[in-house]
Amino acid sequence: MPHKTFFAFILPSLIAMALFIALPIVSVVVQSFHVEHGRILVEVESCQPFGGCTKETRVDTAAMSELKAAQPMGQFNGFGTYLNRGHLAVNEIGAILANNNGFGDIVTRIYNLPFYKALSFTLVFCFVVTPLAMALGFAIALAVNTLPKVTKGPVIFFSLLPMIITPLIGSLILYWMIQPNGIIGATLRHVFNDPTLSLRQSPALTWFSLLFYGVWTNAPFSFVVFYAGLQTVPADTLESAMIDGASRWERIRYIVIPHLAPLATFVALVQLMDNFRVFEPIVGFSAEANATSLSWMIFNDLAGDAQLFGSAGATSVLTIIGVVILLTPVLIRTWREFNHKVV
Amino acid sequence: MSQATLSHKRPLGLTILITGFIVVWVILAAFPFFWTVWGSFKVEPDFFSRESWWNAIFGVYTQRQNDGSAFTGSGYYGAWVTREFWRAVGNTAIVTVSVTVISLTLGTLGGYALARSGQRYAFWILILALVFRAMPHITLVSGYLLPFFQLNIWGVLPTSIIVLVAINQPFTLWMLHSFFLSIPKDLDESAMVDGCSRFEAFRRVIIPVMWPGVVTTGLFSFLLAYNDFAVTSMLLSADNQTMVPKISSFLGSVQEQGNVMFAVAAVVSATVPLFILVLFFQRQIVSGLTAGAVKG
Repeated sequence: MPHKTFFAFILPSLIAMALFIALPIVSVVVQSFHVEHGRILVEVESCQPFGGCTKETRVDTAAMSELKAAQPMGQFNGFGTYLNRGHLAVNEIGAILANNNGFGDIVTRIYNLPFYKALSFTLVFCFVVTPLAMALGFAIALAVNTLPKVTKGPVIFFSLLPMIITPLIGSLILYWMIQPNGIIGATLRHVFNDPTLSLRQSPALTWFSLLFYGVWTNAPFSFVVFYAGLQTVPADTLESAMIDGASRWERIRYIVIPHLAPLATFVALVQLMDNFRVFEPIVGFSAEANATSLSWMIFNDLAGDAQLFGSAGATSVLTIIGVVILLTPVLIRTWREFNHKVV
Repeated sequence: MSQATLSHKRPLGLTILITGFIVVWVILAAFPFFWTVWGSFKVEPDFFSRESWWNAIFGVYTQRQNDGSAFTGSGYYGAWVTREFWRAVGNTAIVTVSVTVISLTLGTLGGYALARSGQRYAFWILILALVFRAMPHITLVSGYLLPFFQLNIWGVLPTSIIVLVAINQPFTLWMLHSFFLSIPKDLDESAMVDGCSRFEAFRRVIIPVMWPGVVTTGLFSFLLAYNDFAVTSMLLSADNQTMVPKISSFLGSVQEQGNVMFAVAAVVSATVPLFILVLFFQRQIVSGLTAGAVKG
């Protein structure tokens, strides 16, 4: 295809991506180097007939709005926002490392810094939910594959629901059930005979319920992909393995799993990307006291009354760096394969 | 897999184990939805019962407040009429339909070009799209807000629509790219030998055969727009909210008034279209998920 025709076809799509994906990334980077203006204070002397004069410090709103109009992004701050307590917290970490009571103390104190708290939940969510959901999805796929045809359709239908559901709505539905006055929460209280048990109160239980939600909503995707993959397992290989006396488990271990390995890489990649931006369940579960994520931190900065663009920008840039690190192995592999093809 | 031979030999214990596992999974997957639908017709002291969840089944308080009837539509009335949820439904309809149509239009053109180009830069565009696909939406939103305030286009539906279209492009391009690769090259090339221009060949030969792929991709574009929370909650003003941010705003204000049932009713209302979608397009959704995996 000639270059000109190619670009005529793809230009609208490229413009959309450049304007609303590439440019915002640039804008985020620029924002992250700026910080909100400090408040301009004026001293006002107010005199009353009998009380004498008092001096009062007030925020000069007129000058503030003027400055805001002139420099909407705020003042230049360099890497200040990145290094402050809300983000990488360099000074705090230095202080913790210099003066602490052993390894456990270091971990707890670093965990209490907001950025590291969010980062640790995000990573745990990513790397716990993805393998568990894939394993569950694979198990469901194997099981569904043995079902008679009549029941396959309805089972697949119900299996799709947790994946297709709006993340916020899905997490709300589960949250209402696990609340102490919902069906699961009440049952758990009854089972453990503990009338104060609440999944929201302890950080560990909050994490557990969020991870449970993650597996619940991620498993169907792995299931569908693996189920489709199972249909393409060569029947001859399976039969010859059976003739050679391979057991059911050996057939799965030595034929089915190697056959599905490329699919598994794909599923893992997609789910890692999606789980890294975990955000809605934290809103739905109102879990911010015990678990926050990088995306939630950005949302929180932007949603407040004083929108902290600088802070949100810095977290965004750090998140993007995280995404790129996550993608690097894939990119390197694709790059090698592509060069192989060309040479 | 040779079903017949395998299933004949399966021992009884294994069959029971498999059936039990499937039953547990289906309950796990489907029960929360049925429970919420059932509970949305109760009053709050029943669905969020402090005494026993049997109240949610029998509707003890619902009967008391409702002259003996165990079902009530008051949650729906409160959400749809009192709190004007219908407005959010209308906005969602506008946003999802526009996003689907626009992103498919841009995506088919772009995906077709990528599938037929074979140049080095086509590969790079696809890789770039993959990186863009991985960007958390909220990081992009934090880049939009200030410029949109400055340009005075914050809060209205068209802004959100175009943003969602752009966020959707990487996925649409990948999906349609792999779909167009499966349409033989000879088809449009022979049309061009017969004297069509590239665009005419696309219009006369490719468009008539591309609908299965377009429908599948369209389903996922629809889902992305429908399920979005990050973009619509930050970029729409309160009057223009779509369903999902509206539901989250219910939670902020309604919970204090002790009327969380509005939110439950709204959640059920927003789930129904998805339910219908899966019911009718189950095959396309499954094939779409696997198409990306097998070819991509």
